[in-house]
Amino acid sequence: MDSVFPITLTLNGRTVTHDAPQRMTLADFLRQTVGLTATHIGCEHGVCGACTVYVDGRIARGCLMFAIQAEGCDIRTLEGLADDERMQALQKHFHARNALQCGFCTSGMLLTAHQYLGSQEEPSREEAREYLSGNYCRCTGYQAIVEATLAASDELAAKAGCKDEEAGRAEA
Amino acid sequence: MKAAPFDYVRVSCFEEMQEIFAAHGDDAQVIAGGQSLIPAMAMRMARPSVLLDIAGLPGLSGIEDTGDAIRIGAMARYVDLRESALLATHVPLIRDAVALIAHEAIRSRGTIGGNLAHADPASEMPAVVQALDARIDIRGPEGQRSVPAAEFFLGTYAVDLAPGEIIVSVTVPKAPAGRLSGIQEFVRRSGDYASAGGAFVLDVENGRIAAARLACFGVCDRAVLAEQAAATLVGQELAALDPEPAVKALASEIEPTADLHNGPATKRHLIGVLTKRLLADMVSRSGKAHG
Ligand SMILES: Cc1cc2nc3c(=O)[nH]c(=O)nc-3n(C[C@H](O)[C@H](O)[C@H](O)COP(=O)(O)OP(=O)(O)OC[C@H]3O[C@@H](n4cnc5c(N)ncnc54)[C@H](O)[C@@H]3O)c2cc1C
Ligand code: FES
Ligand code: FES
Repeated sequence: MDSVFPITLTLNGRTVTHDAPQRMTLADFLRQTVGLTATHIGCEHGVCGACTVYVDGRIARGCLMFAIQAEGCDIRTLEGLADDERMQALQKHFHARNALQCGFCTSGMLLTAHQYLGSQEEPSREEAREYLSGNYCRCTGYQAIVEATLAASDELAAKAGCKDEEAGRAEA
Repeated sequence: MKAAPFDYVRVSCFEEMQEIFAAHGDDAQVIAGGQSLIPAMAMRMARPSVLLDIAGLPGLSGIEDTGDAIRIGAMARYVDLRESALLATHVPLIRDAVALIAHEAIRSRGTIGGNLAHADPASEMPAVVQALDARIDIRGPEGQRSVPAAEFFLGTYAVDLAPGEIIVSVTVPKAPAGRLSGIQEFVRRSGDYASAGGAFVLDVENGRIAAARLACFGVCDRAVLAEQAAATLVGQELAALDPEPAVKALASEIEPTADLHNGPATKRHLIGVLTKRLLADMVSRSGKAHG
């Protein structure tokens, strides 16, 4: 048996401490030790993207980080974005467009799309495809995933436009 | 696909790191971004008994202006390189290269030091630092030294680092006025390692090429400078540039090595095609910049 070490980190906004062996990856830690299973594990060597999580505000591979390296880090998983407006729009459009079949890749896709929409003023199809190209999907053929991402982006932009208008009216 | 057991140490100073290297020798290994080392450990191709996390070592972070050059800390991540205003102004080739490396979730953790130390023959950055005539700054038990990038890469996954030595920074000369640079590659999928790629720098004076550095990656057992090909470009008028002599020289001076997908003949062909495309692209971009 490996010996375990206490790891303290911010997980979905709360400071938590859990014991884990030094060789446990962050992805295994989230699933097995903490019990948050939205983060999936596919290839375990960085190529598939199923394990994508936010580390200190940027997406990273949960399988390419040992949990012990996450000491003091700010980790956010799909569970921690349940109330996030951008994530909700993505989930709605993934659902509407059948952008998932088995769902194995979905949390990684959602997190990647979430960062993409958050980092881009005017998302384009070409860029969205490039951004999502680090995540493998064995079911959908990607088309619906790209469509859903762009549809979510349109919805969010329309909402933001309404808010701007309201704000403009309120000021006037 | 789980790493073998190891002890993990976050070192906070060089002396501590040297003590651990002295006690464990080759069984101790540095971890930076972990984006090459952790996959290797998962596949048990690497089995360090002690992992030395250097994220907290002083002097390894930051991107700073040193006058004639930009000093990039070994722990600078790809995203830091891409977002650096200093690099965008003085060495845009580095930012252009990051766009070709892996994917966003890997660029957020992979570091320039880890990339260069890993020295994958198909990796972009070892070619980029050679094209830019950068120096690799190294620190070890014997103190500090600095090596020209063109002498640092010795072969596949082999570099000029003695036991206990680490890369602390990369020093890149600022681009002179009139410099054109560009990087292109053939890949099977976006974000993959290259099947063949080139990182080129042309210094232009009064419309003529005064100096050229052509680095190729994904072609040989390491990233290499094609010096004879570069020599054929020097003296040529940029607007009327003839790439054929460079392509010919390149084909004879490089010794391509096969990878999983392509043999030497294919690689030689690909790098010839790429050389023409990249030079044409650089010339046309310069035309737009001036016109
Ligand atoms: C899916 C995937 C796709 C990728 N695609 C590309 C690609 O297209 N192009 C590309 O270039 N790379 C690619 N990579 C690799 C990636 O760029 C790595 O981040 C990089 O090669 C290593 O940097 P690191 O900081 O993660 O180093 P680590 O993985 O931490 O270390 C790599 C090696 O360098 C040593 N090391 C680390 N830092 C230092 C230092 N400062 N001094 C001395 N030794 C040190 C370590 O001991 C280890 O041997 C890809 C990786 C993945 C998982
Ligand atoms: S499980 Fe991490 S990338 Fe596949
Ligand atoms: S939905 Fe099955 S892998 Fe993407």
